[in-house]
Amino acid sequence: MHSLTFDIAHLLAGTLVLVSFLELYQDRLYALLNVFALHAFVLALSVAWQAYAQGAPHLFVTAAIALVFKAIIIPVVLHRIIVRLGIHREIEKVVGVGPAMLLGMGLVALSMVVMLRVTADADPLAREDLAFALSVVLLGLLMMVTRRNAVSQVVGFMSLENGLVLAATGAKGMPLVVEISVAFSILIAFIVIGIFLFRIRERFDTVDLQALDRFRGERR
Amino acid sequence: MSFDAVTAILVIPAVAAALLAVLPGYRLTARLNVLATLATCLTALSLFFSRPQPGPYLHVDDLNIVFIVLTTFIGFTTSGFSASYIGHELETGRLTPTFLRFYHAMYQVLMFAMNLALVANNIGVMWVAIELATLTTVLMVGIYRTHEALEAAWKYFILGSVGIALALFGTILVYMAATPVIGEGADAMVWTTLVAHAAEFDPALLNVAFVFLLLGYGTKVGLAPLHAWLPDAHAEGPTPISAVLSGLLLNVALYALLRFKMLLAVNPLALAPGPLMVTTGLISLVFAAFMLYRRRDIKRMFAYSSIEHMGIITFAFGMGGPLANFAGLLHMTMHSLTKSAIFFAVGHVAQVKGTQRIADMGGLTETNPVLGWGLVFGVVAIAGLPPLGIFTSEFLVVSSTFARSPWLAIILVFGILVALGALFLQLNTVAFGEPRGPTAAAEASYVPMFAHLALVLVAGIYLPPALVHWFQNVAKLLG
Repeated sequence: MHSLTFDIAHLLAGTLVLVSFLELYQDRLYALLNVFALHAFVLALSVAWQAYAQGAPHLFVTAAIALVFKAIIIPVVLHRIIVRLGIHREIEKVVGVGPAMLLGMGLVALSMVVMLRVTADADPLAREDLAFALSVVLLGLLMMVTRRNAVSQVVGFMSLENGLVLAATGAKGMPLVVEISVAFSILIAFIVIGIFLFRIRERFDTVDLQALDRFRGERR
Repeated sequence: MSFDAVTAILVIPAVAAALLAVLPGYRLTARLNVLATLATCLTALSLFFSRPQPGPYLHVDDLNIVFIVLTTFIGFTTSGFSASYIGHELETGRLTPTFLRFYHAMYQVLMFAMNLALVANNIGVMWVAIELATLTTVLMVGIYRTHEALEAAWKYFILGSVGIALALFGTILVYMAATPVIGEGADAMVWTTLVAHAAEFDPALLNVAFVFLLLGYGTKVGLAPLHAWLPDAHAEGPTPISAVLSGLLLNVALYALLRFKMLLAVNPLALAPGPLMVTTGLISLVFAAFMLYRRRDIKRMFAYSSIEHMGIITFAFGMGGPLANFAGLLHMTMHSLTKSAIFFAVGHVAQVKGTQRIADMGGLTETNPVLGWGLVFGVVAIAGLPPLGIFTSEFLVVSSTFARSPWLAIILVFGILVALGALFLQLNTVAFGEPRGPTAAAEASYVPMFAHLALVLVAGIYLPPALVHWFQNVAKLLG
């Protein structure tokens, strides 16, 4: 049962969890965006591998969306936005590295315990994938609650969504995966446009365009 | 696919949305909006008489037809209210003609998304439809582009997206549970197939899936720990959207939850979904009831009242059994009608007074008698006083609970009474006493509001046996 196919799928999904941990402690937005691009890249690899392993060519579309849209376009656009908003040098910390990592490990352990137990007689490939996917989802949620900046919250949401795509591709033969990933891409595009249009700096505090302009004026 | 009524209730809003996105002029578009929703509503009514066979993507059964008719009917009356409301907003310059086009197109897209979510026979399609509905309402909540409106839209966006994401994870798990029995491919996401085979699914996987679905769709229902987006979204968006959100979108999310509950109910080994729903329902009810006291914004207050009532409805469905399910369905219908009528009144009140602050309005029954008494009537109804429809349904919920678990019933009654006190305290400030604020006459359309209130009154006095029979059937279906 532990064939090469399984090992590679396992490796890629595991890497995704690792990259999620990397995201968790990036305190500079630039670095965070780069790590997110890596996250999406690993996801694209993983989905492409599943497409190959399951012999499901339509999953290659999902992989392509992940690669082009999430690993390239979105990070580039967000880079530009944060430069425009003048927040690219900012450091944010709500929870320290130590507690965040510990919490993250706890969540991964939780998802392993929950998913491996309930999927005892499922296909082993799907089973491991699902456990990793839940870890990625929970780490994304953790990131969303520990950040105050709108951009890093969106990055958290996107890595959460990467976990969902991983789960959906892991579930063998699931229909509508491509449609769902397109629907998610639209959602994310809207969020990014939202940040840009409304220039949301802090989470819910300063959406105010004028306040932001005044602030930037002081810095110059 | 042949062209039948089910396709029509999807095609009409879609076409109308495309038309409204390009057509200029307030008079024309507002009328077209009303016309399109009327056509959708009539088509939905025709489903009672001839019902197409369930297909792989769309289906109509006894359960969702109730939701469809309610949705399209309130969609129609709200479009009538919206026409006069939006006219006033244009005059005062809060909305520009470009945004008006956008608003009307989005209104129809929202109707499309809700109808699709209700008729979908595929859990994946249903998920996509609810996501679409979330997106459109986010855009509409932020349409005024004030600081508060954008903040509300952003909050709704983030919380709604997280909810939607969790719901998708639950959906994937349901698929995973179904594949060993049904086989891979599209069949394992079709409702009718799922329900038929649910008894053989892996119960552990179904349990975990339901927890995710409850959290995910529960966020959209506005259940207590996950409700934070709801008051802001109601308070800052245009009032017709508050009416549609409270009256319809919450129901649609609840409908999704009910479907999955039916799935679990079929499986003898899966955990009983009831206690989870009962707990979240009660928490929502009691929490929202206390929150009602300190609200300063009138729309925000009625948003909390919606949380309270969604709590009661979730509680009733959680209790299960023919009587509680019947009460839940009736309460849902009555709440949708009453709450949207209240928002119709509140929308015009806020326009007359130029504010939503409760402290700045007063003596409405003197200055604008029709509007003021309409609001009083609506609040009396929503507080659950006889002889109105909500009294009937709340009485049924309480009495059926007393028979089975008196302790829960005591908490339930406590919550309802606390809410009643709060509503009347606030109503007293708004409707009676010294007139405060501007006292101009309202250019309002009272027809939608009084139509809803009349229905609620009639339902409180006399429920047609056909309706009772229908609801009883559905209640049995829900288990």
